[in-house]
This record gives sequence, C-alpha cells and structure tokens, in this order.
Amino acid sequence: MIGDSKYHSLDPSKCIGCTHCMKSCPTEAIRVVNGLAVIDHERCVYCGQCHRACPTHAFYVEQDDLAMIRSFKYRVILFPSIMIGQFPGKYSEDQIYDGLKKVGFTHIYEVEQPMQVMIDSINEVLADKETPKPAISIYCPAIVRLIQGRYPSLTENLILRKAPHNLAAHFAIEQLRLEGALREEIGLFYATPCIAKIAAVKSPVGESESIVDGIVNMNQLYNEVMKVISDHEVDDHSVQRKNLSAEGINWSLTRGESCHFGSRSIAIDGIHNAVRFLERLENDQVKGIDFIEMRACDQSCAGGILLTGNRFMTVERLERRAKRYPSAKEIHQENNLEKAQELKRKLILDPIMPKPHFAFGKDRVKAMEKMDKAQRIVCFLPGIDCGACGAPNCHALAEDMVNNKAKMSDCIFLQQKWVDEGRIHARKAFLNIQKKWGADRFKADCNKRGRRNEGF
Amino acid sequence: MKLTFNIQGGDFTHAGKPSSEVKKVLKQLNVDGKTVKNIVIALYEAEVNVVAHAWKGTVLAEIDENKITIFVEDDGPGIPDIELAMQAGYSTASKQVRDMGFGAGMGLPNMKKNTDELLIESEVGKGTKVKMVNYFK
Repeated sequence: MIGDSKYHSLDPSKCIGCTHCMKSCPTEAIRVVNGLAVIDHERCVYCGQCHRACPTHAFYVEQDDLAMIRSFKYRVILFPSIMIGQFPGKYSEDQIYDGLKKVGFTHIYEVEQPMQVMIDSINEVLADKETPKPAISIYCPAIVRLIQGRYPSLTENLILRKAPHNLAAHFAIEQLRLEGALREEIGLFYATPCIAKIAAVKSPVGESESIVDGIVNMNQLYNEVMKVISDHEVDDHSVQRKNLSAEGINWSLTRGESCHFGSRSIAIDGIHNAVRFLERLENDQVKGIDFIEMRACDQSCAGGILLTGNRFMTVERLERRAKRYPSAKEIHQENNLEKAQELKRKLILDPIMPKPHFAFGKDRVKAMEKMDKAQRIVCFLPGIDCGACGAPNCHALAEDMVNNKAKMSDCIFLQQKWVDEGRIHARKAFLNIQKKWGADRFKADCNKRGRRNEGF
Repeated sequence: MKLTFNIQGGDFTHAGKPSSEVKKVLKQLNVDGKTVKNIVIALYEAEVNVVAHAWKGTVLAEIDENKITIFVEDDGPGIPDIELAMQAGYSTASKQVRDMGFGAGMGLPNMKKNTDELLIESEVGKGTKVKMVNYFK
C-alpha cells in the first residue's frame, strides 16, 4: 500500500541538502525544503536509490529490536541466500549457520526452498491462457509499487504468486509443527536485504496479513554474526539445507527467475532500466515475450542497500555455491514433500490493484488547466535541471508551482532576472535563497559535498 | 490542450516519442489505464506506419475534457486500397522493415481495434491522413 506507512526516514542532523537523493529518485518523490530532503511517501516505491546517493548516510531504515526474538520458543530466521554470499569466502556455510545460532535463532531457513513448489506454481500461471503476456514477476516489491503507481495498466500482468519468503515461512511452520511446535510458540523473522522487502513484509500487497513476526536488517545481522562467528570447525547444519537447490540459491540473482520460465523471457535489473523498459512495455512495443523478471537493484538482491559485501563478489560466491547443490527437481523427487500441494495453494496472491499517483487530481477539467499552466511556466524556466529550487528538474518545479507547493521565486534564474529588471531587491532575492537552503549554506564549510579529495 | 510532434520517415530509432509524451499527459489527467493503453497502442502503430512507409509526417493530439483526437498526417506514397490495407496480415512493408520486426500487417487493424473512431484518407503519391478519436470513460 503506497503511502500508508513509512519504512525509511531521514536524519535531519546528517542531511546536508545536497540534492543527490532528489536527482536519483525514479519517481521524483524527493524535494529539498528548508535545506533538508523530504520524502513524499505517496510516491516512494522504496527502491533505496536515495540511500545509495546520499553522501552522509542520512537515510535510515526502520528496524525491529533483535531482542524481541527471545519472547518465542522457536526462533526462526528466514533469509534470502544472498545473505550467505556476502560473507568473506573463508567462512563456510556451517560457520555462518553456527553464527546465526549464537545470535539466538533456533532454526535457520534460507527462503528459497523448496523451490520446485514455486517454479511449478508460476508455471501454472503462465500456462493459463487468461494470463496477460508478458507476465511480470512480483519478486521485487519496489517494482510492484512502481507498476501500481506509475504503470497502472500493467498491474494485470503481475503474476499473483507470493515471494519466496512466504514459501519458506509456510514451509518452516509446517516443519516445526511436525516437531510438535504450536504456531504461537514460533517466531518468524525475516532478514531483509532492502527497504522494499520491509514494506512488503510489514504491509503486504495482495495478502490480508503478514506471515512474518519481525524484520531484521541484513547489515545488522551481518555485524552480529561477524561478532560471534567461529574460525574453527563447527557442527554440521546441512540438514537445515536439505531442501535448498541450485535454482533456489540463484533465485535472487539477475536471471535467477527468468531462466526457468516461458520460451522467451527477459531479466532487467536496476530501477532506472526498469522504468525505461516499462515505458516501452506500456506502449505495447514489446512483442512475443512470455515472462519478465525485474528487480530494482543493480545485480538484483546482491545489490540490496542493506548488504555489506560487494555485490559482484556476492554474485560470484553464490554462483559457485549453487554448483555444489542438486537441482530443485531432484530434491523434490527425493524428499517427496507431502504438503507440496497445500504449500502451492498458500502461494496464491489476491489481485493487485493499480494505485496511480501521478494525476493532477480527480477533476479532468481542472487537471487540464493545471497542465496548461505548468506548460506555460516551463517556458520561463532555464531548462538546466540544476535542482537549486529544491525540485529535481524544471518540469517538476512547474508542476509543484501549479499544485501550490512552490513559488516562481524558487527558481534562482527567474529571481536573478527579476533583480536585473528591478522587480525585486537583491537583498530580498538573497533572503529567499537563504530561506530555501538554510543560512548555513552560505558559510564556509569544508565538509560540504565536493570537498577536498572527494572528486575523481 | 494541443500537442504536436514531427516524425521523420525511416527513423526507427526515435519512433515512439509522441506516444510516450501523450501517454504521460493522459496519466496526469487521470485517464484510466486501459483507455491510455488503447490510445498509446494506436498512436504508436500510426507512428511506425509513417516511419516505415512515408517520407515525413506530423502528429497533432487534441485533448479535451472527455476525448482525445489524434491527427497523423504524412507526405508519402499513400495507400491505393484502404480496405485491403485494413485486413489483418496484409503488408507492403519492405523486407528491410520486416527484418526490424515491423510491417507484420497488423498496423491498421490494431489502430481500428484500439480506437473508438478511425478515419483514413489517402492519395496515392501524395500522402495519408489519419484521424483517431478515443473517448475517456
């Protein structure tokens, strides 16, 4: 649900109002007001671009307190395989699993298992003649939100099957029940690589309620594990991975999904690439494609903002790891999962509704007046998209103006012109800018963006 | 509200700009997704027709409260038999154009399918004029 809650915020004491986040945002959801970045949560799709762009790490992600896991008897950590991929190569899978136990978890589930259930489930959707093509994966929640908000006509192409964390959560509950656990004794915690997954888990789209009891940020978990991880031989935990397959391990990487589906499929990573492609897709310029995998981060989840390891190293480690594991089919046949049908049924999502948020309001006549006005305003703006007005580009400023969220004098070029024409006093123009950017902006400060040794 | 664009014959690289711009405006005007899609598909087909067959052309989109009227006019070879051209699969596109993935003979049928009103006038050796109207729901 776009805008119903916020999962990331900005620390005003760290923000230097440098406009980098504003310029990198794919939905123009950020403005700089009084020298500080402000996120419009209606428009935000939680892709995390602003976190990457911020030189002062001013954005922070909501997180649950790790201590809360103690209130459950069975403490399950669910995490995507990329969690393993980011650790230095010298640590074995068992050493990492052992570290997670020391942190306090009793059961460990990599979410991409049993993957054959997911593959079969998605194939059923694709085989259905009613499914609009190309079918688009819902794996990346930032992409789902982007489509709901900016490409509403494509929501019907989304595949209504839940993401792997749901699969693993249902699977874990099932297995723990066999051990005699009651549902209320089981605490399910999801280690997330990004904000989008936090939003997806805490206020899911197409699900009535979240199956997970809490969220752990992957960078926090990484640091906790690194504190306690052993350099020596540890117990064998491979039984916890007996449903993990090569397909599962590769799932969160680019082409991890698309290689399984349709006779023609496409994989796209990076939110700006996704935007350009969705634009074409909406124009019906993409023909004959059955399946599209689309992830907001470069290198998919290996590039998640809450990962510690280098994304390319993470991909390499996982690809190497996957080669050691059997195929999902083999595992499926060998383990003869009794509950596979039931699990598959639990993966079905409710329809996902479009949530367009780019309109100028409900009344079309008024919207047209506003657009006409914005077009006229644009003619007077310099067209260099400098961002000094606090909007990402001249067009966005014009739109803000007609929505009464900005003034003509916010444009420093227009102001300069007015000073030249004698329409406003130079002192007044200066105060306008000072108000917009804060008095500190004019002070000498060697820590500003672009300081010494910061360039190429 | 009026939007105008020029199209250059043979320039497949930049085909699609008018449809993308019109789409953006319609979304901001809160036109429902399905209608936007129909309009954009029809306009893109019309654009590709000009690029593939004609020498140059213009797009004029007029948007008012409850409808959009799009005029696509070109200087080009014209269509000798419009009825024949409206048949699905009929194509006069060159092999070169077909190799690029265009010219499957679905252009005019697709435009018909995605518009509420479609009017085509053509004069052989001079050019083609297309008028498309879509009503907003």
